[in-house]
Amino acid sequence: MGPIGVLALQGDFREHLAILDGLGIPNRKVKLPEELIGISGLIIPGGESTTIEKLSHINGLYAPIRELIHAGMPVFGTCAGLILLANKITDGILGQVGFGGLDVEVKRNAFGSQLDSFEAKIPFFDYEVAAAFIRAPIVLEARDSVEVVSRLVTGEIVGVQSGNILGISFHPELVGESRVHSYFIEMCKKADFYAKL
Amino acid sequence: MTTDNQRSSSTPLVKRGLAEMLKGGVIMDVVTADQAKIAEDAGAVAVMALERVPADIRAQGGVARMSDPDLIDAIIDSVSIPVMAKARIGHFVEAQILQSLKVDYIDESEVLSPADYVNHIDKWGFEVPFVCGATNLGEALRRITEGAAMIRSKGEAGTGDVSEATKHIRTILGQIRALAAKADDELFVAAKELQAPYELVKEVAKTGKLPVVLFTAGGVATPADAAMMMQLGADGVFVGSGIFKSGNPEARAAAIVKATTNFDNPDVLAEVSRGLGEAMVGINVADLPAPHRLAERGW
Repeated sequence: MGPIGVLALQGDFREHLAILDGLGIPNRKVKLPEELIGISGLIIPGGESTTIEKLSHINGLYAPIRELIHAGMPVFGTCAGLILLANKITDGILGQVGFGGLDVEVKRNAFGSQLDSFEAKIPFFDYEVAAAFIRAPIVLEARDSVEVVSRLVTGEIVGVQSGNILGISFHPELVGESRVHSYFIEMCKKADFYAKL
Repeated sequence: MTTDNQRSSSTPLVKRGLAEMLKGGVIMDVVTADQAKIAEDAGAVAVMALERVPADIRAQGGVARMSDPDLIDAIIDSVSIPVMAKARIGHFVEAQILQSLKVDYIDESEVLSPADYVNHIDKWGFEVPFVCGATNLGEALRRITEGAAMIRSKGEAGTGDVSEATKHIRTILGQIRALAAKADDELFVAAKELQAPYELVKEVAKTGKLPVVLFTAGGVATPADAAMMMQLGADGVFVGSGIFKSGNPEARAAAIVKATTNFDNPDVLAEVSRGLGEAMVGINVADLPAPHRLAERGW
């Protein structure tokens, strides 16, 4: 299996790289299109979704990443990453269109300001995982093709998977929680994808 | 999926966590909602709401205070990215007001006139996170001890002269490297010399980094300035007067965002440095008489 790429334009990409290092998984920062070649999957980290989207255009990554997702490359987004993978964004800025792929509607900053950020133990499939929600988005609506994998007890959908795409509202990487990444690594192993441009 | 999800807000992890998300980004000073929108459209990761940019505070003189809540509300309403605002050093009531306005971060800032020349704000007492300035490692660790969830090197705000920013980020990171090289039994006296708690000094010596995100600030005016700060090891950049005191704020803001991400790519830096119009005029820090140096506020 090729290395797992971590989009390194802005945000907490180092924490994702550290989790992959801890799991002994080969990994690579992706800042330029040629760095996509040969990866077996891509992680889109937390950060500001508006900033990451703009920088992806500037650095020539927007179209290739869209195409690779469409071609079946496993991709995993946390927080801003989930926003960028959603087909529909609520409360985005004018003209904000992410990479898409997940047939969901995501609401940005759904809990409010930073004062409403929190940490909690939450379900992820059958596990209970540690998670930080930082000005986090939620999934307002998921189509039938999308499986809900995490939900708060108050009902909000905070984790979804659809085929090769995994998106969560929270940050396991901030709290050293590696099981969500382990799940994604299994997705990459099964898909056996080799990114070509 | 039936597990309990007791939420804990305003923990150190949650407070420091937002700064983690800002890494690799540019935080821009804005004085109006329109400027905030320009900053967001240019790719800023956050904006700093204030009444006058440091260059104007410097030019006009007088006491500089927290901004009018109407202005802060207007800026919060105009953008979707985090909004920070400044309180005077030691002015815990300005901080209480900013928390009530639900800003995302408070900057206890030497750019405003200090309200207390002895004590900084006890930041543990607040739910909202704080960023504080520092010129050296001891100062940074004292601010973290008081509860700061993010540090920015001070530089010399409102000058467009990057030399002080360079000095402060080099000093902080150099002192961290020196600490990491020390033997365990040398850390007690290191803590004494840094005037910082031993436990925190020991942690920095062991991890080789601050326990919070470290941005740089004060004098960054060009894409090259921002990239230099990133190459020196800053996690991100604050740009104050450098954008809206320049000839073409939209273009300069976008160029500084591009340069901060592509800080290690001179070809990109050359490209984004072209045709930006006039940079802010600038003042050489060496020409500033000591009482007008903002970095010396705070201790």
